[in-house]
Amino acid sequence: MTGDATKTAVEQPLDDPAFEELPDAPPRQRLKLSWAGKISVCIVALWVFIALAGSFIAPYHEAEFIEEDEQGNYYVDPSFLPPSAQTWLGTDYLGRDVFSRILWGARTTLGIAFAATMLAYMTGITLGITAAVAGGWTDMLLSRLDDALLAIPTIMLALIIIAAFGSSIPLLIALAGLVYAAGIFRIARALGQDIMVQDFVEAARARGEGLWWIITREILPNAAMPIATDFGLRLIFIILFISTLSFLGLGVQPPVADWGSMVRENLQGLGNGFSGGAIASLAPAAAIGSLTIAINLIVDDVSAHAGGSLAKKMI
Amino acid sequence: MWQLAFRRIAIGFLLVWVVSVLIFAITQILPGDAAEIRLGQDATPESLAALRREMGLDRPAYVQYLVWLERLLSGNLGVSVAGGATITSLIEHRIGNTLFMAGMVSAIAIPISVTIGLLAAMFPGGLIDRIVTAATLGLVAVPDFLVAILLILILSVQLNWLPAVSYLSGTESFWQTLRAMALPIATLVTVVAAQMIRMTRAGVLNVMNSPYIEMAILKGVPRRRIILRHALPNAIGPIVNIIALNLAYLVSGVVVVETIFAYPGLAKLMVDGVQSRDMAVVQACGMIFCTTYIVLILVADIAAILSNPRLRHPK
Repeated sequence: MTGDATKTAVEQPLDDPAFEELPDAPPRQRLKLSWAGKISVCIVALWVFIALAGSFIAPYHEAEFIEEDEQGNYYVDPSFLPPSAQTWLGTDYLGRDVFSRILWGARTTLGIAFAATMLAYMTGITLGITAAVAGGWTDMLLSRLDDALLAIPTIMLALIIIAAFGSSIPLLIALAGLVYAAGIFRIARALGQDIMVQDFVEAARARGEGLWWIITREILPNAAMPIATDFGLRLIFIILFISTLSFLGLGVQPPVADWGSMVRENLQGLGNGFSGGAIASLAPAAAIGSLTIAINLIVDDVSAHAGGSLAKKMI
Repeated sequence: MWQLAFRRIAIGFLLVWVVSVLIFAITQILPGDAAEIRLGQDATPESLAALRREMGLDRPAYVQYLVWLERLLSGNLGVSVAGGATITSLIEHRIGNTLFMAGMVSAIAIPISVTIGLLAAMFPGGLIDRIVTAATLGLVAVPDFLVAILLILILSVQLNWLPAVSYLSGTESFWQTLRAMALPIATLVTVVAAQMIRMTRAGVLNVMNSPYIEMAILKGVPRRRIILRHALPNAIGPIVNIIALNLAYLVSGVVVVETIFAYPGLAKLMVDGVQSRDMAVVQACGMIFCTTYIVLILVADIAAILSNPRLRHPK
């Protein structure tokens, strides 16, 4: 480290935590996206936009039945209608507009997944850092409990908990949050333990900084980047997890539109082929697939930028 | 080495026990008073007390757990809420179906995945490798039911080759059974193979980066010989590890596939049990699946220990 750098760091006023970058730090590289990554960013942005605005731009309400065509003639049987100018993706098994339900469902699916991911991160990081900092009995207890949770397949844990408590949207969020917090706990605890023995933490202790200061100013900033790179993959797992539960009929309950439940509701339409019904089941499944593949491609680009350590975890 | 393996086995037993406590606590202790739930509105204090005594709910939690464990181990699980058949006979009937399917899937998926993974690793960055990487990345990221739906649409609805529902009455010939199971097996093979190919490719490439392979390349050994003679023997341990891990992933794949194809297996029994809140069925199936999962993870761990001299002789 050059003398100048030390001086800058020392002269830093205490109320301004924004340290300048060291002069000998390597130049920051801008994240370069491949063409697949760029398309993926557009796809994810589109779905996020739809999740926020979908219920306003959808031609019909998620629970509205299509009873008459544009000329005002009543349908004898409005279920599993083929795609038309009136219903772009046809109707589902009860005669509701599939296109509108996908737009409405984006909010449910993405909203639940995002809330659950946030909950998982908050729980996992809080407990992981607590275990790393406290050590001893607390660490032992939390880690063994974590081992036990990780020894149960996620879907089994979900089935058992839903059997005991029934299913509702808050329960789904809490459930996915709990199940995936177990993995984040491991990462956060390992990172916390690594950082706790670093020289700069020793230095902070020697300066007489309190525990809270060390956690918020030394540990969390240093653990933030490695934990954040993991975010995309967790989000994919949680989207798939919640969609799978909904698909099994144990997730989001009707009449609320949700991509996973829409696939299940319209399974019987598959046999009708593309002229009626198959799209009602295929479209929401494809919507989930497009979202998760897009996130995965972005994660690939980001991890290539970060040195490929992330890609190894996925495969 | 054996000491280490035995220690892992002991930990495995411990995990199974902890999981049994967790399952019991989640399904029996946490949801509240089972007698109150069963009697519902028309519960008088007297009938409640009588039912509690009959169900053993007046005893302390650990006694209830021991009674439950004793019943679970002796196979005396009582009568199913839905059918009236004993749960043990239900499980006996279904476990064979699920094991048969899992066996078929492993027999097909393992050789295919290892071969394709090796082919992809032989020419990293080549055409085969890029096609395989892109295809498996897509398959890993999409929900299992999307794969199933696409296969149903193509093979069953459009081409009309295979039945979309795998109903088994027990009187079919072997070939009829296979035909009925073709689609669920194809779905699971696709899902599991995608994971396994990616992991095999990564495992072999990992070995390919080691100095002795570089040495072999420098002294002019042909590529085929390097892969088969130098890299593969060292990659066998990781590959066995990968196979065991992926068979563990089958546990969650089976749940989706048995539901979508209405296949009369153990996972379908459990999902139905969750829907009708038949706790005894959920507990028993949950224990079977979790134990299988732990055993497979254990096999993966032990394979890793046996194949890696550095793990065999820990410091």
